Amino acid sequence: MELNLVQAINQALMQEMERDASIIVMGEDVGRDGGVFRVTQGLLEKFGEQRVVDTPLAEAGIIGTAVGLAIKGMKPVAEIQFDGFTYLAFNQFISHAARMRNRSRGRFTVPLVLRAPWGGGVRALEHHSESMEAIYAHVPGLNVVIPSGPKEAKGLLISSIRMPDPVIFFEPKRLYRAFKEEVPEEPYAIPLGQARVAKEGSDVTIVTWGSLVRTSLEVADSLKEASVEVVDIRSLSPFDEKTVLESVKKTGRAVIVHEAPRTGAFGAEIAARISEKALLNLEAPVRRVTGYDVPIPLAKLEDYYLPDTSRIKKAVQEVAAF
Amino acid sequence: MPKKIVFEGKTEYLQVLDENGAVDKTLEPKLDENLLRKIYENMVRARVFDRKAISLQRQGRCYTYVPTEGQEGAQVGSALALQKADFGVPSFRENAVYLARGVSMEQLFLYWMGNEEGSRMPADQNNLPVAIPVGSQVPHAVGIAWAMKLKKEKAAAITYFGDGATSEGEVHEGMNFAGVFQVPCIFFCQNNQYAISTPITKQTHAQTIAQKALAYGFEGLQVDGNDVLAVYAATKAALEKAYSGKGPTLIEAITYRMQAHTTSDDPKKYRSDEEVEYWKKKDPLTRFQVYLKGKRLWDEEYEKKVQEAATREVEDAVRKAEAYKPNPEDMFTYLNAELTQDLKEQMQEMKKSMEG
Repeated sequence: MELNLVQAINQALMQEMERDASIIVMGEDVGRDGGVFRVTQGLLEKFGEQRVVDTPLAEAGIIGTAVGLAIKGMKPVAEIQFDGFTYLAFNQFISHAARMRNRSRGRFTVPLVLRAPWGGGVRALEHHSESMEAIYAHVPGLNVVIPSGPKEAKGLLISSIRMPDPVIFFEPKRLYRAFKEEVPEEPYAIPLGQARVAKEGSDVTIVTWGSLVRTSLEVADSLKEASVEVVDIRSLSPFDEKTVLESVKKTGRAVIVHEAPRTGAFGAEIAARISEKALLNLEAPVRRVTGYDVPIPLAKLEDYYLPDTSRIKKAVQEVAAF
Repeated sequence: MPKKIVFEGKTEYLQVLDENGAVDKTLEPKLDENLLRKIYENMVRARVFDRKAISLQRQGRCYTYVPTEGQEGAQVGSALALQKADFGVPSFRENAVYLARGVSMEQLFLYWMGNEEGSRMPADQNNLPVAIPVGSQVPHAVGIAWAMKLKKEKAAAITYFGDGATSEGEVHEGMNFAGVFQVPCIFFCQNNQYAISTPITKQTHAQTIAQKALAYGFEGLQVDGNDVLAVYAATKAALEKAYSGKGPTLIEAITYRMQAHTTSDDPKKYRSDEEVEYWKKKDPLTRFQVYLKGKRLWDEEYEKKVQEAATREVEDAVRKAEAYKPNPEDMFTYLNAELTQDLKEQMQEMKKSMEG
């Protein structure tokens, strides 16, 4: 059936909750309201108040108690309402969720999933358009997943729920209702740590994730002068270095595209891997097309900040012509 | 050894003007005519602004907006009790607070129309810009009040937050600091019954929010938040206490959000029309109108004048705000005291990409 991103994630949650009675969905407004983006719509009616929980308004409380629930054998799939509100829970992630297995020498584990709408492009208020995935990918012990569309999202969320360790699952909110695609009805798992070649090409590799996969594919499809390969890395952690390096070794040229601010972002990590392991295959310097090192602006200036097809296209052309 | 009681507390509720506009003479604050009119006119301005903003959002001329309707009594009553030197530390629903404290409608529209410039508070006014992460502004008010105490100023800080915010750790931490350091801070909680869809009964198992103050070692009280006189009187009393070094106060104003949480929200999913009707009867403007009428300060002609003035003001503000064009370079300009070399280069890069 053709589903949009909201429906695909909703279906994954439904199917996993049917399969595994230890799963509880928790967060602000996830129950009666069905989530502010309606991602958890219908779960309360189907699974009841014990498993679909409207929590008090407290992000550290949500993730902190989710850590405890997970330690004691439940499988919390917690929602934080917006990317910019996950920071309130950051201490629970960096100090406990990510380390409990290591600290307790494997005795206690924290198999929780955090779901949060992520990224810009919807003309939202401040703190509602953030893409700070790098700070989570930087934390040893956390897994970080960002799907690029409905089909990917379903399989990646199912894998995330089945992971024995904490997963940060960021949902590109501007794709929530942007398009529909065929999503298999039956549950399926896309393993974490495997990048996807979204389009094959021979001259330039674009490495990207989330909503900009689609934007990059538009560039790749419209560009006449170069054959562009698009790699959707899907999970920043675990990171599939192999697929990226294979592609770059083939094309000899890499453009890294993300909407997060440039400095210290995950693009820098990818560029470092390429320079460490594929330097001699490069025909041109690695380029980054990113947000600038400023807070993502409010609605009126948002488009000046976000990478778009014209910025990506220009970078690809320059790298191809180098 | 017998058990003994080591703590007992009580929480009072204050109402001066009931929902029909009947006043309790023993509790009535003695306010002069100018102030009474100012209170009313500011409530009307806030409501006219609010409805305009919602209508602009529906027309695609304004982005996500956070409505204030129903809470004008709580916001205007507390804001007009403040002196200029007092510091306002609002969350995101305090349109009526900003307006009553002298922030222009144009400024607020700039903000809701997606311009950073809307957060530039006038230099002669002591208000922080909108704070969106729920409850995160509360410790800032405590810090500001602390500085006032250190500087021996006769001033106080007031922070606004909702019932939902009382679940956040930062609100707890802020109130605890305020108690420990005995700073001149007022915690003004507008209990509007809902945090988006989550009712107060799922937010706390405590009977009131006001009683939480007792655990921090200071006074908490409940007021009828739709009774602007009670709110004014309670805020004045808390301010006097703060000015004289007697520490913080928590005021829980019982009110109701008549509109959606934001223009993106659909309240029909979580509350009934009957409930909304019930609260409509408690409207803060209607009962204050009755009160003013009893004092011969309100008649149809006055009402018309007030409405017309507010409408003119709002139309003028929309025109100005819509004419404003933000400068893309400003996303870099204010980040640091001085633009770093990296940012200078990125600004050039952005300008080049604007040229295409």
